[in-house]
Amino acid sequence: MSTPPLLRMSGVSKAFPGVQALTDVEFELHAGEIHALMGENGAGKSTLIKMLAGVHTPDVGTVELDGRPVSITTPQHAVDLGIAVIHQELNLAPNLTVAQNLALGREPRTRVGTLDRKRIQRDAVAKLDRVGGGIDPDAVLGTLSVGMQQVVEIARAVAQNARVLVLDEPTAALSETEAQRLFSLVEEMRDQGMGLLYISHRMEEVYRLADRITVFRDGHWVGTSPRAELEPQDIVTRMVGRDLSDLYAHEPHTPGEAMLEAEGIGDGAGIGPLDLTLRAGEIVGLGGLIGAGRTEAAQLIFGAERIRTGRLRIGGQAVDHRSPIDAIRNGVGYVPESRKEQALFLEMSIRDNVVTTGLGLDQVSDFGVLRSGRISQRVAAQVDALRVRCSSALQRVAELSGGNQQKVVLGRWLAIAPRVLLLDEPTRGVDIGAKQEIYRIIDRLARDGVAVLLISSDLPELLGVSDRVLVMRNGSIAAELSREEATEETVMLHATGVAAGSR
Amino acid sequence: MTETSRADESASAADAGAIAPPRAGRPRFARMWDRYGILGVLVLMIVLMAVLAPNFLSFDNVFNVARAASINAILAAGMTLVILTRGIDLSVGSNLAVCGIVSVLLWTSGMPSVVCVLGGIAVGAAFGLLSGALIAYLALPAFIVTLGGLTYLRGTAYLLTDGQPLIADDLGFRLMGSGFFAGVPVPVVLMLAVFALLWFVLRHTRFGTQVYAIGGNPEAARLAGIKVKWTLVRVYVIAGACAGLAGVIFSARVMSGQPTAGETYELDAIAAVVLGGTSLMGGIGSVQRTLIGAMIMGVLSNGLLLMNVPYFYQLIIKGAVIVLAVAIDSLKNWKRA
Repeated sequence: MSTPPLLRMSGVSKAFPGVQALTDVEFELHAGEIHALMGENGAGKSTLIKMLAGVHTPDVGTVELDGRPVSITTPQHAVDLGIAVIHQELNLAPNLTVAQNLALGREPRTRVGTLDRKRIQRDAVAKLDRVGGGIDPDAVLGTLSVGMQQVVEIARAVAQNARVLVLDEPTAALSETEAQRLFSLVEEMRDQGMGLLYISHRMEEVYRLADRITVFRDGHWVGTSPRAELEPQDIVTRMVGRDLSDLYAHEPHTPGEAMLEAEGIGDGAGIGPLDLTLRAGEIVGLGGLIGAGRTEAAQLIFGAERIRTGRLRIGGQAVDHRSPIDAIRNGVGYVPESRKEQALFLEMSIRDNVVTTGLGLDQVSDFGVLRSGRISQRVAAQVDALRVRCSSALQRVAELSGGNQQKVVLGRWLAIAPRVLLLDEPTRGVDIGAKQEIYRIIDRLARDGVAVLLISSDLPELLGVSDRVLVMRNGSIAAELSREEATEETVMLHATGVAAGSR
Repeated sequence: MTETSRADESASAADAGAIAPPRAGRPRFARMWDRYGILGVLVLMIVLMAVLAPNFLSFDNVFNVARAASINAILAAGMTLVILTRGIDLSVGSNLAVCGIVSVLLWTSGMPSVVCVLGGIAVGAAFGLLSGALIAYLALPAFIVTLGGLTYLRGTAYLLTDGQPLIADDLGFRLMGSGFFAGVPVPVVLMLAVFALLWFVLRHTRFGTQVYAIGGNPEAARLAGIKVKWTLVRVYVIAGACAGLAGVIFSARVMSGQPTAGETYELDAIAAVVLGGTSLMGGIGSVQRTLIGAMIMGVLSNGLLLMNVPYFYQLIIKGAVIVLAVAIDSLKNWKRA
C-alpha cells in the first residue's frame, strides 16, 4: 500500500447539547496538497477546525497523522503535533515587534538567563525569509496591514515545523493585492510539502488554489472531488442541496424621484468631494478596492462622520446630519460592514436588537417607558417578514447563524420604515442560502420605493443586484456605469485607475 | 473572559446547526446555576450562619443585617448601572461623606428636613454630573476621573467640617437612619425602593435598554443612533444621587456629618456588584443580582460579628469569600469553553 495520508479523519462525530455538529465525517489531507473545505455556515467546518486545533475532541471516530492514531487534547498539543490554525482573528500581540512575535513563548536566553535579543533578531530574519521576506522584523506588528500580519503568523507556524496548516477564511479582511500575495505563499507552502486545509466562501479563490474540494452540509460529508471534476454550480448544489441558478434574479427597477442627493460632500481630508444621487426604488452599487473610501462615504451620509464640505438633500430637503440619530430621523438606515463589531448587541435578545435604534426606542415607548405590546408587534412583523430562524424572539442574538444575525440587523432598519438604506457588505460571511434571501429582501425594498446603496467587494453580487454601479477610487467617484456597461472588467479597470475614461 | 467563552460557545453551537435551540450549548444545570446560583450562595450562607451564630435568625437581627447592608446596597445599585456601561465610579464613598455633611449643614443653617434630604441627594447627583461629563464628553477614562473624585471630594468633606465631626443632636431627619416604617427600618425601605426603581428603569424604560446596549457594544450603539454620551452622563448622575441618598442615611444614623464617612465604601459597592455576577466588561448583569451580592456581604459581616471573630480575621475572610465567589463564577465559564 502507498504511504498513508498526512491527516485522516474517519467516522468522526461530535454533538453539543441539543445540536449534532458533525455526523460520521470522513476527511483526508495529503502532504503537498491544498484541500478546500466548503459548506454553508452551520455545515460543521468550524467544529472540524476546532478539533484539529485541540479545542474540541471527537465523541467517536479516529484522527490519524501519518497513519498513527492521535488524540488532540489541547491547543498546545496540536502545535506539538505540527498542526497550525490561522484564524480569521489573528493570534499575535499587536504591541510587540514582528521579531518578538515570532519568538513568542519560546524566547531564546543568553547564558546568564537574560533575553537573547541578537538571536531573536537573527532567527526572525531567517523565519521571514522562508515565507518570502520583505517584512521588517523591527516593525511593530500592529502597524502592519492585516495581510502582512497574516504572513507573520504563517511564518510562525512554519518556524514551529507545522505540517498541517489550516487557513480559516484568510482573505476575508485582505485587499486584492494582499490576497494575491497570500495565494502565492500558500502555493509555495504546498510545494514545500505542507498539507493545507483551506476554508473559504469565495469560489474564485477555491478554483485558483485547491487541488481537491470537500463539501460539508448539515454536519455531514457530502463529497470530495478533484477540482477539475467539479463545476462551481455543482459545489453550490452540494452545499445547499438545491439548485440556486437564480441567485440574483434581477429584474430592473423603475426608479422614481431623487431621494438622496449629495453635492460635493467630503470629510475635508481624504474623502470627497463626492456627487451622488439615489432615486427612490433603485439599487445603486458602490464598487471599488478596499480603502477606496466607500465605507467612509456611507458614514458621511449617515452622520457617523461629519460632513465638512458640500451639501446633502433628502427628499428635496437640505439636511445636516451631525450624528447618526439625525440621519435616522430623516429616514436613513445603515447596515455596517462588521455586524458583530458595529451592529449587534450579542448578549441581548433578537427583540431588543430589533428595537434598539435611537428612533425605534422612541417609537415603542411613552415618556421613556417601554410599551411591551408595541414592541412585540414590531418585532414579530420583522421576524416573520425576514424569516429569521430562531426559537423565539427572546433568543440571544449570539446564538444565531451569521445569516440570521444579518437579518436581525436588517429588521432593525426596516422597522423604522427607511427612505434610504445604506448597505455595507451586507452578505459578508453569510452562507449562500441566506445570501439569496437577503437579495430578495433588498429587491423587495427597492420595489417598495426605498433608495438602496449597496457597497460590495463581491463583484458578481455588485453586478447582479445593482441597477447601476458607481466605482470609487482614492476617495472620489471614478466612474458611473449603467447595468449594461458594468462588468467585472470595467469595474476593476476603474477601481484600479487603468481605464482611460476614468474621472 | 466570561464574554469570550460565551461567545465561542454560542458561535460553535450556532455553526453546528444553523438554528440553535435556545441556550443549546449549555446543560440544564449550568442554566440553573446562571440564574439562581448566586441566590443559592446567599441561602447557604444564611443556613451556615444560623447554625454557627447564636441569634442570627432572630427577628431583630434580620433587620440589623438588612439595615447594616442598606448603605452599601444603595451605593452598589448605582454602581451597577455604571459597571453595565463598562465604567467604574471610585468616588461614591467620598461623595457620600460630602453629601452627608451638606445635609447636616443645611439643617444647622435652619432648613426644613425635606430640603436637607433633597439637598444632600442633589449635591451627590451634581458631582455625578461632573464626573459623567468629563468621562463622556472629554472621553477621559472613568477610572482616573473618579479616582480624582475620590480624593478631591474627601478633601472637600474635611474642608466643610474643618476636619471635625459635625454633631447635630436635634437632626430633623434622623428617622431616615433610625426610624421604622410599618415595622421595617427606614433605611431598608429606602434601599428596597431604590432597587425597585432601578429594576424598573433598567428593565422597562428606553434609558435602560440604552444602558445595556452601550455596555454590550458602544460602537453599535453609536451607529444605531443612541446618544451614547448623554446616556453615560445620566448613569453617573444616578450613581451620584445614590451616593447622596446613602450619605443622608449615614448622617441620619449617626446624627452628625462625618468627614471620614464612607472610606473604602466604593470598593465594597464594587464587590457587591461583582458578587452579583454583573460583568466588569459591561452589558451583562442586573440590580436584583447586586442586591443579593450586597446581602451576602451583609450576612457575612453580621455573622462574623455574632461569632465574635476578631476584626482582622473578618477582613481576611471577607476578602477570601469575594475572590472565591468570583472564582466559582469563572470556573463555570471555563468548563463551558
